[in-house]
Amino acid sequence: MTEDGYLSRSIGETLVRLIGFAVIDLPRNVEHELQKALENETAEIAKEQLKAILKNIQVARKKHVPMCQDTGILMFHLRVGEDFPLKAGLRELITESVREATSRALLRPNAVHPLNRTNSGDNTGSGVPFLELELVQGDTLEVEVYPKGAGSENMSALRMLNPGEGIKGLKRFVLETVVGSGGKPCPPTVIGIGVGLCADGVMKLARKASMRPLPHRSKDPTVEALERELLSMVNETGIGPMGLGGRTTALTVNIETGYTHTAELPVGIIFQCWAARRGSARIHASGRAEYLSHEV
Amino acid sequence: MEYRIKTPVSEEQVRRLRAGDMISIDGLMFTARDAAHERALELARRGETPPFSFEGLAMFHCGPIAQRTDHDWTIISAGPTTSSRMEMFESDFLEKFKVRIIVGKGGMGTKTTEAMRKVGAVYCAFTGGAGALAAAAVRRVTGVEWLDLGMPEALWKMEVERFGPLIVAIDAHGNNLYEVVAANVKENFSRLLKQI
Repeated sequence: MTEDGYLSRSIGETLVRLIGFAVIDLPRNVEHELQKALENETAEIAKEQLKAILKNIQVARKKHVPMCQDTGILMFHLRVGEDFPLKAGLRELITESVREATSRALLRPNAVHPLNRTNSGDNTGSGVPFLELELVQGDTLEVEVYPKGAGSENMSALRMLNPGEGIKGLKRFVLETVVGSGGKPCPPTVIGIGVGLCADGVMKLARKASMRPLPHRSKDPTVEALERELLSMVNETGIGPMGLGGRTTALTVNIETGYTHTAELPVGIIFQCWAARRGSARIHASGRAEYLSHEV
Repeated sequence: MEYRIKTPVSEEQVRRLRAGDMISIDGLMFTARDAAHERALELARRGETPPFSFEGLAMFHCGPIAQRTDHDWTIISAGPTTSSRMEMFESDFLEKFKVRIIVGKGGMGTKTTEAMRKVGAVYCAFTGGAGALAAAAVRRVTGVEWLDLGMPEALWKMEVERFGPLIVAIDAHGNNLYEVVAANVKENFSRLLKQI
């Protein structure tokens, strides 16, 4: 086999394994936050929901099955080293790994044509899996995979606020969106908020915020204070786990910002359900894979 | 205290349940989402019947991950989907097909609540995302229909044992737990808006 052939095969195998880790084994930090939420709840129904979530996480690990049947649309973020020997064909490798994971029943076939709703049967189609590439220094390839379910994604919101509405307007928009979503995004959620840039840019910021690993706060003190304030407000709504009432509506609120036009104040919101699934790995030029998100 | 309910279940039995009760299900259950609701109602409009009778059964708003093993199917993961998407179909569905228990997540609206009171049916909340836990309660798949709609949208017929925990969130007497929560949330929301 050629060196490129060997490397491709190694990347492919790593990707399928990574998808498996992501859908089966919830990161320990998320589980820890859910455990803390259970200790903080007083209402019986809220506690039952969190207990079922925690038990489900254990069952999924033990039986080696996806924790949630909605394994989502697969999103990949790739950081490709300038000196990494293989660049062409990465999209094909990723698409193939998604097909393989689907055939192994790690993924439910979710991808459909947006208008005629025909299901491709293998989680692939035009633009799917969703892929973001970044060229970085170095000779390794870093891959992150996020299976994103529809329950939380359907609650996404964008508003081009009037700059005069300011932070007050932002808080109101966030509260309105959270209250309007109720139990639909499978709370307790991670709420990702983007502020700034432009209409599509702000949604990218919101996406990034929704994917920030728990329990990290923004390094910007102004933003950090706003994250804390919004989290406490969201949890005072009383929506609770699964919208059945309680103290924990969100595990965290994360905000990412960027500069914007003087006449604009874009705000985007993307929810991540309690199953904040992810998998990441670093692949070396030799083909050796280091799993970053999961212990192997 | 958890009540165990065996399906098929009678109208009289489900009318005994009250919002807030915790139950689990034994017996027959089938899955149906948006596309299956639409198709079943379309068949009914044409005077035709669905592939099996839904009467007295538990219907699960769920699109499972299923795996084919030789001649059988295995349910791998099967948590609830967002029930409000079915609100547009459910009152008609309940009246036509007499499903007695609906299992889903996120709750349903006033039209469904009213139909449940009239027909005699309850809505139960199963914890969203708990797909592995749900699959563990599935004893076997007894059939699948309408696979042409895709794996998530097909009608999966299964035998379950102690399927739960389920919270009766809408009972057959017009009580809706989600409305109670919503009233409380509305109050909190107005208070929070004033603090901004």
